[in-house]
Amino acid sequence: MIRDITIGQYYPGDSWVHRLDPRLKIVAALVFIVTLFVIRDFIGYAMAALALAVTIAISRVPLGFMLRGLKAIFVIIVFTFTLNMFMTDGETLFDIGPLTVTREGLYNALFMGTRLVLLIMGSSLLTLTTKPIRLTDGMESLMKPFGALGLPSHELAMMMTIALRFIPTLLEETDKIMKAQSARGADFESGSVIRRARNLVPILVPLFISAFRIAQELAMAMEARCYRGGEGRTRLHELRFRARDAAAAALGALFIALVALERVFADTIYGFLHII
Amino acid sequence: MSIRVEDLVYVYGEGTPYETRALDGVSMEIEDGELIGLAGHTGSGKSTLVQHLNGILRPKSGRVFVDGSEITARGAKLTGLRRRIGLLFQYPEYQLFEETVYKDVAFGPSNLGLSEAETDQRVREAMFLAGLDFESAAQRSPFELSGGQKRKAAIAGVLAMRPDILILDEPTAGLDPKSQSDILRMLGNIRKSRGIIIILISHNMDDMARLADRIFVMEKGRIELSGPPEDVFSRGAELRGMGLGLPEAAGMIDMMRDRGAEIEGRPLTLDAAELAIDRYLRSKRARP
Repeated sequence: MIRDITIGQYYPGDSWVHRLDPRLKIVAALVFIVTLFVIRDFIGYAMAALALAVTIAISRVPLGFMLRGLKAIFVIIVFTFTLNMFMTDGETLFDIGPLTVTREGLYNALFMGTRLVLLIMGSSLLTLTTKPIRLTDGMESLMKPFGALGLPSHELAMMMTIALRFIPTLLEETDKIMKAQSARGADFESGSVIRRARNLVPILVPLFISAFRIAQELAMAMEARCYRGGEGRTRLHELRFRARDAAAAALGALFIALVALERVFADTIYGFLHII
Repeated sequence: MSIRVEDLVYVYGEGTPYETRALDGVSMEIEDGELIGLAGHTGSGKSTLVQHLNGILRPKSGRVFVDGSEITARGAKLTGLRRRIGLLFQYPEYQLFEETVYKDVAFGPSNLGLSEAETDQRVREAMFLAGLDFESAAQRSPFELSGGQKRKAAIAGVLAMRPDILILDEPTAGLDPKSQSDILRMLGNIRKSRGIIIILISHNMDDMARLADRIFVMEKGRIELSGPPEDVFSRGAELRGMGLGLPEAAGMIDMMRDRGAEIEGRPLTLDAAELAIDRYLRSKRARP
Protein backbone atom coordinates (compact mmCIF):
# COMPACT_ATOMS: atom_id res chain seq x y z
CA MET A 1 0.00 0.00 0.00
CA ILE A 2 2.77 2.40 1.02
CA ARG A 3 4.66 1.34 -2.08
CA ASP A 4 1.89 2.61 -4.40
CA ILE A 5 2.88 6.22 -3.86
CA THR A 6 4.98 7.15 -6.86
CA ILE A 7 5.31 10.91 -6.28
CA GLY A 8 8.99 11.62 -5.89
CA GLN A 9 9.94 8.23 -7.30
CA TYR A 10 12.62 7.78 -9.93
CA TYR A 11 11.95 5.81 -13.10
CA PRO A 12 15.28 4.48 -14.35
CA GLY A 13 15.98 5.23 -17.97
CA ASP A 14 18.44 6.74 -20.39
CA SER A 15 16.27 9.03 -22.47
CA TRP A 16 17.05 12.50 -23.70
CA VAL A 17 14.99 13.90 -20.80
CA HIS A 18 16.84 11.76 -18.26
CA ARG A 19 20.18 13.06 -19.44
CA LEU A 20 19.35 16.77 -19.30
CA ASP A 21 21.16 18.92 -16.78
CA PRO A 22 19.16 18.69 -13.51
CA ARG A 23 19.44 22.46 -13.02
CA LEU A 24 17.66 23.03 -16.30
CA LYS A 25 14.99 20.49 -15.39
CA ILE A 26 14.33 22.11 -12.01
CA VAL A 27 14.02 25.56 -13.56
CA ALA A 28 11.87 24.16 -16.36
CA ALA A 29 9.53 22.48 -13.88
CA LEU A 30 9.20 25.72 -11.90
CA VAL A 31 8.56 27.72 -15.05
CA PHE A 32 5.99 25.17 -16.20
CA ILE A 33 4.15 25.47 -12.89
CA VAL A 34 4.16 29.27 -13.05
CA THR A 35 2.92 29.10 -16.64
CA LEU A 36 0.00 26.95 -15.53
CA PHE A 37 -1.09 29.75 -13.23
CA VAL A 38 -0.63 32.42 -15.90
CA ILE A 39 -2.72 30.59 -18.48
CA ARG A 40 -6.34 31.76 -18.47
CA ASP A 41 -8.13 29.52 -20.95
CA PHE A 42 -8.31 26.04 -22.36
CA ILE A 43 -6.36 26.88 -25.50
CA GLY A 44 -3.38 27.62 -23.24
CA TYR A 45 -3.90 24.38 -21.37
CA ALA A 46 -4.08 22.46 -24.60
CA MET A 47 -0.68 23.90 -25.47
CA ALA A 48 0.72 23.01 -22.04
CA ALA A 49 -0.73 19.49 -22.26
CA LEU A 50 0.77 19.05 -25.70
CA ALA A 51 4.20 20.20 -24.49
CA LEU A 52 3.95 17.87 -21.50
CA ALA A 53 2.79 14.94 -23.62
CA VAL A 54 5.71 15.37 -26.01
CA THR A 55 8.17 15.52 -23.08
CA ILE A 56 6.64 12.40 -21.51
CA ALA A 57 6.84 10.59 -24.84
CA ILE A 58 10.52 11.50 -25.18
CA SER A 59 11.23 10.46 -21.59
CA ARG A 60 9.77 6.98 -22.28
CA VAL A 61 8.22 6.86 -18.81
CA PRO A 62 5.11 4.68 -19.27
CA LEU A 63 1.92 6.73 -19.01
CA GLY A 64 0.45 4.10 -16.68
CA PHE A 65 3.29 4.67 -14.26
CA MET A 66 2.62 8.41 -14.25
CA LEU A 67 -1.12 7.96 -13.79
CA ARG A 68 -0.48 5.72 -10.80
CA GLY A 69 1.13 8.75 -9.15
CA LEU A 70 -2.10 10.68 -9.79
CA LYS A 71 -4.09 7.99 -8.01
CA ALA A 72 -2.58 9.00 -4.68
CA ILE A 73 -3.96 12.53 -4.96
CA PHE A 74 -7.18 11.50 -6.69
CA VAL A 75 -9.15 12.60 -3.63
CA ILE A 76 -7.72 16.11 -3.80
CA ILE A 77 -8.60 16.40 -7.49
CA VAL A 78 -12.17 15.21 -6.90
CA PHE A 79 -12.48 17.57 -3.93
CA THR A 80 -11.32 20.59 -5.93
CA PHE A 81 -13.53 19.62 -8.85
CA THR A 82 -16.68 19.22 -6.74
CA LEU A 83 -16.16 22.36 -4.69
CA ASN A 84 -15.61 24.48 -7.79
CA MET A 85 -18.58 22.94 -9.54
CA PHE A 86 -21.08 23.69 -6.77
CA MET A 87 -19.69 26.85 -5.21
CA THR A 88 -19.55 29.17 -8.21
CA ASP A 89 -22.39 31.58 -8.88
CA GLY A 90 -23.70 32.09 -12.37
CA GLU A 91 -26.07 30.85 -15.03
CA THR A 92 -27.83 27.68 -13.77
CA LEU A 93 -27.31 24.57 -15.86
CA PHE A 94 -29.14 21.98 -13.71
CA ASP A 95 -29.86 21.11 -10.06
CA ILE A 96 -28.87 18.08 -8.01
CA GLY A 97 -31.11 18.28 -4.96
CA PRO A 98 -30.27 21.47 -3.09
CA LEU A 99 -27.05 21.91 -5.09
CA THR A 100 -26.93 23.99 -8.22
CA VAL A 101 -24.49 23.45 -11.03
CA THR A 102 -23.80 26.63 -12.94
CA ARG A 103 -22.23 27.10 -16.32
CA GLU A 104 -19.38 29.05 -14.74
CA GLY A 105 -19.03 26.43 -11.99
CA LEU A 106 -18.63 23.60 -14.48
CA TYR A 107 -16.11 25.66 -16.44
CA ASN A 108 -14.16 26.48 -13.25
CA ALA A 109 -14.22 22.87 -12.09
CA LEU A 110 -12.86 21.60 -15.40
CA PHE A 111 -10.33 24.42 -15.47
CA MET A 112 -9.03 23.77 -11.94
CA GLY A 113 -9.04 20.00 -12.44
CA THR A 114 -6.96 20.33 -15.60
CA ARG A 115 -4.58 22.71 -13.87
CA LEU A 116 -4.08 20.30 -10.96
CA VAL A 117 -3.52 17.27 -13.18
CA LEU A 118 -1.02 19.14 -15.36
CA LEU A 119 0.68 20.54 -12.27
CA ILE A 120 1.21 17.15 -10.71
CA MET A 121 2.20 15.37 -13.89
CA GLY A 122 4.65 18.13 -14.76
CA SER A 123 6.36 18.15 -11.40
CA SER A 124 6.40 14.38 -11.04
CA LEU A 125 8.05 14.14 -14.45
CA LEU A 126 10.98 16.01 -12.88
CA THR A 127 11.50 13.43 -10.12
CA LEU A 128 10.67 10.50 -12.39
CA THR A 129 13.44 11.36 -14.81
CA THR A 130 16.05 12.69 -12.37
CA LYS A 131 17.97 10.57 -9.88
CA PRO A 132 17.54 12.00 -6.36
CA ILE A 133 21.27 12.57 -6.11
CA ARG A 134 21.33 14.57 -9.38
CA LEU A 135 18.27 16.47 -8.23
CA THR A 136 19.94 17.63 -5.03
CA ASP A 137 23.17 18.36 -6.93
CA GLY A 138 21.13 20.61 -9.18
CA MET A 139 19.44 22.32 -6.25
CA GLU A 140 22.75 22.88 -4.53
CA SER A 141 24.16 24.46 -7.65
CA LEU A 142 21.08 26.67 -8.10
CA MET A 143 21.24 27.79 -4.45
CA LYS A 144 24.95 28.62 -4.62
CA PRO A 145 24.46 32.30 -5.49
CA PHE A 146 22.48 32.73 -2.26
CA GLY A 147 25.54 31.58 -0.30
CA ALA A 148 26.64 35.22 -0.11
CA LEU A 149 23.45 35.90 1.86
CA GLY A 150 24.38 33.16 4.32
CA LEU A 151 22.32 30.34 2.83
CA PRO A 152 24.15 27.05 3.55
CA SER A 153 23.40 25.57 0.13
CA HIS A 154 25.59 22.49 0.44
CA GLU A 155 24.28 21.61 3.89
CA LEU A 156 20.66 22.00 2.76
CA ALA A 157 21.31 19.84 -0.28
CA MET A 158 23.04 17.20 1.83
CA MET A 159 20.13 17.13 4.26
CA MET A 160 17.76 16.66 1.37
CA THR A 161 19.91 13.90 -0.15
CA ILE A 162 19.98 12.04 3.14
CA ALA A 163 16.27 12.47 3.73
CA LEU A 164 15.43 11.19 0.23
CA ARG A 165 17.90 8.34 0.56
CA PHE A 166 16.38 7.13 3.83
CA ILE A 167 12.68 7.35 2.98
CA PRO A 168 12.66 3.86 1.43
CA THR A 169 14.86 2.53 4.24
CA LEU A 170 12.47 3.77 6.90
CA LEU A 171 9.45 2.49 4.97
CA GLU A 172 11.09 -0.91 4.81
CA GLU A 173 11.91 -0.74 8.49
CA THR A 174 8.29 0.14 9.32
CA ASP A 175 7.10 -2.75 7.19
CA LYS A 176 9.46 -5.14 8.99
CA ILE A 177 8.48 -3.98 12.48
CA MET A 178 4.78 -4.19 11.64
CA LYS A 179 5.24 -7.74 10.42
CA ALA A 180 7.23 -8.71 13.49
CA GLN A 181 4.65 -7.27 15.88
CA SER A 182 1.74 -8.79 14.03
CA ALA A 183 3.54 -12.14 14.29
CA ARG A 184 3.24 -11.56 18.06
CA GLY A 185 -0.49 -11.04 17.72
CA ALA A 186 -0.54 -7.25 17.47
CA ASP A 187 -3.59 -5.88 15.68
CA PHE A 188 -3.36 -2.57 13.83
CA GLU A 189 -6.62 -2.65 11.95
CA SER A 190 -9.46 -2.90 14.45
CA GLY A 191 -10.64 -1.15 17.59
CA SER A 192 -11.48 2.45 18.44
CA VAL A 193 -9.32 5.39 17.40
CA ILE A 194 -7.68 5.60 20.82
CA ARG A 195 -7.01 1.89 20.84
CA ARG A 196 -5.51 2.05 17.39
CA ALA A 197 -3.29 4.95 18.40
CA ARG A 198 -2.13 2.97 21.43
CA ASN A 199 -1.40 0.02 19.17
CA LEU A 200 1.05 2.18 17.25
CA VAL A 201 3.44 2.32 20.22
CA PRO A 202 4.96 -1.11 19.42
CA ILE A 203 5.78 0.25 15.95
CA LEU A 204 6.85 3.79 16.77
CA VAL A 205 9.28 2.99 19.59
CA PRO A 206 11.36 0.51 17.55
CA LEU A 207 11.11 2.79 14.51
CA PHE A 208 12.53 5.79 16.39
CA ILE A 209 15.28 3.66 17.86
CA SER A 210 16.13 2.40 14.38
CA ALA A 211 16.13 5.92 12.96
CA PHE A 212 18.53 7.14 15.64
CA ARG A 213 20.76 4.11 15.15
CA ILE A 214 20.84 4.64 11.38
CA ALA A 215 21.60 8.35 11.84
CA GLN A 216 24.43 7.59 14.23
CA GLU A 217 25.95 4.95 11.96
CA LEU A 218 25.68 7.27 8.97
CA ALA A 219 27.30 10.16 10.85
CA MET A 220 30.14 7.91 11.93
CA ALA A 221 30.64 6.56 8.41
CA MET A 222 30.71 10.11 7.01
CA GLU A 223 33.22 11.30 9.59
CA ALA A 224 35.36 8.24 9.04
CA ARG A 225 35.60 9.37 5.43
CA CYS A 226 36.55 12.90 6.52
CA TYR A 227 33.32 14.64 5.58
CA ARG A 228 33.51 18.23 6.75
CA GLY A 229 30.83 20.11 4.87
CA GLY A 230 30.73 21.70 1.48
CA GLU A 231 33.79 23.93 1.52
CA GLY A 232 36.43 22.86 -0.99
CA ARG A 233 34.46 19.72 -1.82
CA THR A 234 34.88 18.35 -5.33
CA ARG A 235 32.48 15.98 -6.99
CA LEU A 236 32.61 12.89 -9.16
CA HIS A 237 29.97 14.08 -11.60
CA GLU A 238 30.39 17.75 -12.41
CA LEU A 239 27.26 19.39 -13.73
CA ARG A 240 27.84 20.65 -17.25
CA PHE A 241 25.49 22.62 -19.43
CA ARG A 242 25.70 20.90 -22.83
CA ALA A 243 24.37 21.58 -26.29
CA ARG A 244 21.30 19.42 -25.69
CA ASP A 245 20.53 21.46 -22.58
CA ALA A 246 20.72 24.64 -24.64
CA ALA A 247 18.40 23.08 -27.21
CA ALA A 248 15.94 22.08 -24.50
CA ALA A 249 16.12 25.57 -23.00
CA ALA A 250 15.36 27.07 -26.42
CA LEU A 251 12.32 24.80 -26.79
CA GLY A 252 11.20 25.84 -23.33
CA ALA A 253 11.57 29.52 -24.23
CA LEU A 254 9.54 28.91 -27.39
CA PHE A 255 6.80 27.33 -25.27
CA ILE A 256 6.72 30.32 -22.92
CA ALA A 257 6.60 32.72 -25.87
CA LEU A 258 3.68 30.82 -27.42
CA VAL A 259 1.77 30.79 -24.15
CA ALA A 260 2.40 34.52 -23.69
CA LEU A 261 1.27 35.27 -27.26
CA GLU A 262 -1.83 33.18 -26.77
CA ARG A 263 -2.67 35.14 -23.65
CA VAL A 264 -2.14 38.52 -25.26
CA PHE A 265 -4.04 37.69 -28.41
CA ALA A 266 -6.70 35.52 -26.78
CA ASP A 267 -9.51 37.83 -27.89
CA THR A 268 -8.33 37.84 -31.48
CA ILE A 269 -8.13 34.03 -31.43
CA TYR A 270 -11.66 33.74 -30.06
CA GLY A 271 -12.88 36.19 -32.65
CA PHE A 272 -11.23 34.11 -35.35
CA LEU A 273 -12.78 30.91 -33.96
CA HIS A 274 -16.20 32.57 -34.08
CA ILE A 275 -15.83 33.40 -37.73
CA ILE A 276 -15.21 29.73 -38.64
CA MET B 1 1.03 -30.29 12.59
CA SER B 2 2.15 -30.27 9.01
CA ILE B 3 2.90 -27.72 6.32
CA ARG B 4 2.42 -28.16 2.60
CA VAL B 5 3.44 -25.61 0.03
CA GLU B 6 2.32 -25.99 -3.58
CA ASP B 7 3.90 -24.18 -6.49
CA LEU B 8 4.23 -20.83 -4.74
CA VAL B 9 4.96 -17.74 -6.84
CA TYR B 10 5.56 -14.26 -5.41
CA VAL B 11 6.56 -11.10 -7.29
CA TYR B 12 7.84 -7.93 -5.64
CA GLY B 13 6.93 -4.56 -7.15
CA GLU B 14 4.80 -6.00 -9.93
CA GLY B 15 4.35 -3.64 -12.86
CA THR B 16 7.22 -1.34 -11.84
CA PRO B 17 10.72 -1.32 -13.30
CA TYR B 18 11.89 -2.87 -10.03
CA GLU B 19 9.83 -6.04 -10.51
CA THR B 20 11.53 -9.17 -9.15
CA ARG B 21 10.30 -12.73 -8.98
CA ALA B 22 11.15 -13.61 -5.38
CA LEU B 23 9.52 -17.04 -5.44
CA ASP B 24 9.30 -18.97 -8.68
CA GLY B 25 7.33 -22.15 -8.12
CA VAL B 26 8.28 -23.41 -4.66
CA SER B 27 6.82 -26.69 -3.38
CA MET B 28 7.67 -28.39 -0.11
CA GLU B 29 6.18 -30.59 2.56
CA ILE B 30 7.08 -30.56 6.26
CA GLU B 31 5.99 -33.23 8.73
CA ASP B 32 5.24 -32.97 12.43
CA GLY B 33 8.25 -32.55 14.70
CA GLU B 34 10.77 -31.94 11.95
CA LEU B 35 13.59 -29.46 12.22
CA ILE B 36 14.04 -28.00 8.77
CA GLY B 37 17.09 -26.10 7.63
CA LEU B 38 16.51 -23.49 4.93
CA ALA B 39 19.71 -22.37 3.24
CA GLY B 40 20.44 -20.09 0.33
CA HIS B 41 22.34 -17.05 -0.78
CA THR B 42 21.12 -13.55 0.20
CA GLY B 43 18.13 -12.75 -1.98
CA SER B 44 17.36 -16.37 -2.82
CA GLY B 45 13.83 -16.06 -1.43
CA LYS B 46 14.15 -17.74 1.98
CA SER B 47 12.67 -14.88 3.99
CA THR B 48 9.91 -14.35 1.42
CA LEU B 49 9.01 -18.03 1.59
CA VAL B 50 8.65 -18.17 5.37
CA GLN B 51 6.51 -15.02 5.39
CA HIS B 52 3.96 -16.96 3.35
CA LEU B 53 3.74 -19.66 6.00
CA ASN B 54 1.84 -17.45 8.44
CA GLY B 55 -0.02 -15.39 5.89
CA ILE B 56 1.95 -12.15 6.25
CA LEU B 57 2.55 -12.24 2.50
CA ARG B 58 0.00 -13.45 -0.02
CA PRO B 59 1.26 -15.33 -3.04
CA LYS B 60 0.61 -14.35 -6.65
CA SER B 61 -0.23 -17.99 -7.29
CA GLY B 62 0.18 -21.31 -5.50
CA ARG B 63 -1.19 -22.55 -2.20
CA VAL B 64 -0.08 -23.06 1.39
CA PHE B 65 -1.70 -25.61 3.71
CA VAL B 66 -1.14 -25.67 7.44
CA ASP B 67 -2.56 -28.79 9.06
CA GLY B 68 -4.55 -29.52 5.92
CA SER B 69 -6.40 -26.20 5.80
CA GLU B 70 -5.55 -23.77 3.05
CA ILE B 71 -4.32 -20.48 4.51
CA THR B 72 -3.96 -18.86 1.08
CA ALA B 73 -7.71 -19.25 0.44
CA ARG B 74 -9.71 -16.04 0.17
CA GLY B 75 -11.01 -14.93 3.55
CA ALA B 76 -9.01 -17.53 5.48
CA LYS B 77 -8.82 -16.67 9.20
CA LEU B 78 -5.25 -15.62 9.87
CA THR B 79 -5.34 -14.37 13.45
CA GLY B 80 -5.71 -17.87 14.86
CA LEU B 81 -3.00 -19.07 12.54
CA ARG B 82 -0.51 -16.40 13.59
CA ARG B 83 -0.92 -17.51 17.20
CA ARG B 84 0.20 -20.97 16.25
CA ILE B 85 3.13 -19.95 14.10
CA GLY B 86 5.94 -18.08 15.79
CA LEU B 87 7.98 -16.11 13.30
CA LEU B 88 11.25 -14.59 14.40
CA PHE B 89 12.63 -12.11 11.89
CA GLN B 90 16.24 -11.19 11.27
CA TYR B 91 17.71 -9.00 13.99
CA PRO B 92 14.57 -9.38 16.12
CA GLU B 93 16.03 -7.23 18.90
CA TYR B 94 14.99 -4.20 16.85
CA GLN B 95 11.34 -4.99 17.60
CA LEU B 96 11.74 -4.64 21.40
CA PHE B 97 9.80 -1.65 22.66
CA GLU B 98 8.56 -2.03 26.24
CA GLU B 99 9.99 -0.55 29.43
CA THR B 100 10.95 -3.91 30.86
CA VAL B 101 11.87 -7.30 29.46
CA TYR B 102 8.90 -8.75 31.33
CA LYS B 103 6.40 -6.45 29.62
CA ASP B 104 7.96 -7.05 26.23
CA VAL B 105 7.80 -10.82 26.53
CA ALA B 106 4.22 -10.46 27.82
CA PHE B 107 3.19 -8.47 24.71
CA GLY B 108 2.29 -11.60 22.73
CA PRO B 109 0.36 -13.44 25.46
CA SER B 110 -1.58 -10.28 26.39
CA ASN B 111 -2.54 -9.82 22.72
CA LEU B 112 -3.98 -13.31 22.95
CA GLY B 113 -6.18 -12.04 25.79
CA LEU B 114 -4.79 -14.42 28.40
CA SER B 115 -5.29 -13.90 32.13
CA GLU B 116 -2.55 -12.26 34.16
CA ALA B 117 -1.66 -15.53 35.91
CA GLU B 118 -1.44 -17.38 32.60
CA THR B 119 0.63 -14.57 31.08
CA ASP B 120 2.99 -14.59 34.06
CA GLN B 121 3.48 -18.31 33.74
CA ARG B 122 4.18 -18.01 30.03
CA VAL B 123 6.67 -15.19 30.49
CA ARG B 124 8.62 -17.19 33.06
CA GLU B 125 8.58 -20.28 30.88
CA ALA B 126 9.63 -18.39 27.73
CA MET B 127 12.47 -16.59 29.49
CA PHE B 128 13.67 -19.87 30.94
CA LEU B 129 13.60 -21.57 27.53
CA ALA B 130 15.39 -18.65 25.90
CA GLY B 131 18.10 -18.84 28.56
CA LEU B 132 17.38 -15.56 30.38
CA ASP B 133 17.51 -15.45 34.15
CA PHE B 134 14.10 -14.28 35.33
CA GLU B 135 15.21 -12.72 38.62
CA SER B 136 17.98 -10.61 37.17
CA ALA B 137 16.56 -9.75 33.73
CA ALA B 138 12.76 -9.47 33.98
CA GLN B 139 12.60 -5.95 35.42
CA ARG B 140 15.43 -4.46 33.39
CA SER B 141 14.93 -2.32 30.31
CA PRO B 142 15.50 -4.40 27.20
CA PHE B 143 17.66 -1.59 25.85
CA GLU B 144 20.32 -1.98 28.54
CA LEU B 145 20.90 -5.66 27.83
CA SER B 146 23.87 -6.94 25.86
CA GLY B 147 23.40 -7.86 22.19
CA GLY B 148 23.09 -11.57 22.91
CA GLN B 149 20.61 -11.01 25.74
CA LYS B 150 18.50 -8.66 23.62
CA ARG B 151 18.27 -11.40 21.00
CA LYS B 152 17.25 -13.90 23.67
CA ALA B 153 14.61 -11.50 25.00
CA ALA B 154 13.18 -11.16 21.48
CA ILE B 155 13.15 -14.94 21.08
CA ALA B 156 11.38 -15.26 24.44
CA GLY B 157 8.76 -12.82 23.11
CA VAL B 158 7.94 -15.28 20.33
CA LEU B 159 8.19 -18.40 22.51
CA ALA B 160 5.67 -16.88 24.92
CA MET B 161 3.07 -17.35 22.18
CA ARG B 162 3.66 -21.11 22.57
CA PRO B 163 3.76 -21.66 18.82
CA ASP B 164 3.25 -25.06 17.21
CA ILE B 165 5.58 -24.03 14.44
CA LEU B 166 8.64 -21.91 15.14
CA ILE B 167 10.35 -20.14 12.25
CA LEU B 168 13.68 -18.42 12.89
CA ASP B 169 15.34 -16.22 10.27
CA GLU B 170 19.08 -16.30 10.96
CA PRO B 171 18.71 -16.26 14.73
CA THR B 172 22.45 -16.26 15.37
CA ALA B 173 23.52 -13.60 12.84
CA GLY B 174 25.90 -11.02 14.27
CA LEU B 175 26.20 -12.57 17.73
CA ASP B 176 29.27 -13.64 19.67
CA PRO B 177 30.14 -17.36 19.60
CA LYS B 178 28.81 -18.03 23.10
CA SER B 179 25.41 -16.50 22.40
CA GLN B 180 25.32 -18.37 19.09
CA SER B 181 25.85 -21.73 20.72
CA ASP B 182 23.37 -20.79 23.50
CA ILE B 183 20.68 -20.15 20.94
CA LEU B 184 21.36 -23.32 18.99
CA ARG B 185 21.35 -25.38 22.19
CA MET B 186 18.05 -23.72 23.06
CA LEU B 187 16.59 -24.83 19.72
CA GLY B 188 17.65 -28.40 20.43
CA ASN B 189 16.00 -28.22 23.86
CA ILE B 190 12.73 -26.75 22.62
CA ARG B 191 12.54 -29.40 20.00
CA LYS B 192 13.10 -32.21 22.50
CA SER B 193 10.66 -30.84 25.08
CA ARG B 194 7.92 -29.63 22.73
CA GLY B 195 8.20 -31.68 19.55
CA ILE B 196 7.16 -28.72 17.41
CA ILE B 197 8.14 -27.97 13.83
CA ILE B 198 11.16 -25.70 13.69
CA ILE B 199 12.29 -24.00 10.50
CA LEU B 200 15.77 -22.55 10.75
CA ILE B 201 17.09 -20.16 8.12
CA SER B 202 20.84 -20.01 8.23
CA HIS B 203 24.03 -19.57 6.23
CA ASN B 204 25.95 -21.64 8.70
CA MET B 205 26.24 -25.14 7.28
CA ASP B 206 27.77 -26.53 10.46
CA ASP B 207 24.67 -25.54 12.42
CA MET B 208 22.50 -27.10 9.72
CA ALA B 209 24.49 -30.33 9.74
CA ARG B 210 24.23 -30.59 13.50
CA LEU B 211 20.55 -29.73 13.94
CA ALA B 212 18.48 -30.26 10.81
CA ASP B 213 16.50 -33.37 9.88
CA ARG B 214 16.14 -32.13 6.35
CA ILE B 215 17.63 -29.23 4.45
CA PHE B 216 16.15 -27.18 1.62
CA VAL B 217 18.56 -25.14 -0.46
CA MET B 218 17.08 -22.21 -2.37
CA GLU B 219 18.42 -20.26 -5.27
CA LYS B 220 16.72 -17.54 -7.36
CA GLY B 221 13.32 -18.27 -5.85
CA ARG B 222 13.42 -22.01 -6.40
CA ILE B 223 14.31 -25.00 -4.24
CA GLU B 224 17.36 -26.46 -5.91
CA LEU B 225 18.37 -29.17 -3.43
CA SER B 226 16.49 -30.90 -0.65
CA GLY B 227 16.87 -33.92 1.59
CA PRO B 228 18.65 -35.12 4.72
CA PRO B 229 21.94 -33.32 5.48
CA GLU B 230 24.01 -36.31 4.29
CA ASP B 231 22.39 -36.12 0.84
CA VAL B 232 22.50 -32.38 0.46
CA PHE B 233 26.09 -32.10 1.62
CA SER B 234 27.20 -34.80 -0.82
CA ARG B 235 26.61 -32.19 -3.57
CA GLY B 236 29.56 -29.99 -2.66
CA ALA B 237 30.17 -28.67 -6.18
CA GLU B 238 26.54 -27.61 -6.69
CA LEU B 239 26.45 -25.90 -3.30
CA ARG B 240 29.61 -24.00 -4.08
CA GLY B 241 28.10 -23.02 -7.43
CA MET B 242 25.27 -21.36 -5.48
CA GLY B 243 27.71 -19.42 -3.34
CA LEU B 244 27.26 -21.77 -0.40
CA GLY B 245 29.69 -24.17 1.20
CA LEU B 246 29.91 -27.42 3.09
CA PRO B 247 30.20 -27.91 6.83
CA GLU B 248 33.87 -27.50 7.79
CA ALA B 249 34.28 -31.19 8.58
CA ALA B 250 32.64 -32.38 5.36
CA GLY B 251 34.79 -29.99 3.33
CA MET B 252 37.93 -31.34 4.95
CA ILE B 253 36.91 -34.97 4.34
CA ASP B 254 36.22 -34.13 0.68
CA MET B 255 39.72 -32.68 0.39
CA MET B 256 41.26 -35.79 1.94
CA ARG B 257 39.32 -37.99 -0.47
CA ASP B 258 40.59 -35.95 -3.39
CA ARG B 259 44.10 -36.79 -2.25
CA GLY B 260 43.39 -40.50 -2.23
CA ALA B 261 42.23 -41.22 1.32
CA GLU B 262 39.41 -43.79 1.15
CA ILE B 263 37.27 -42.51 3.99
CA GLU B 264 33.91 -44.19 4.37
CA GLY B 265 30.57 -42.63 5.12
CA ARG B 266 29.68 -38.97 5.07
CA PRO B 267 30.70 -37.36 8.34
CA LEU B 268 29.27 -33.86 8.71
CA THR B 269 30.33 -32.86 12.21
CA LEU B 270 33.80 -32.69 13.71
CA ASP B 271 33.11 -35.63 16.02
CA ALA B 272 31.91 -37.82 13.18
CA ALA B 273 34.88 -36.78 11.05
CA GLU B 274 37.28 -37.70 13.84
CA LEU B 275 35.78 -41.18 14.08
CA ALA B 276 35.83 -41.67 10.31
CA ILE B 277 39.46 -40.60 9.99
CA ASP B 278 40.42 -42.79 12.89
CA ARG B 279 38.69 -45.76 11.21
CA TYR B 280 40.45 -45.01 7.96
CA LEU B 281 43.89 -44.83 9.61
CA ARG B 282 43.32 -48.09 11.47
CA SER B 283 42.21 -49.91 8.32
CA LYS B 284 45.20 -48.52 6.46
CA ARG B 285 47.51 -49.83 9.15
CA ALA B 286 45.74 -53.21 9.19
CA ARG B 287 46.40 -53.87 5.49
CA PRO B 288 50.00 -53.14 4.70
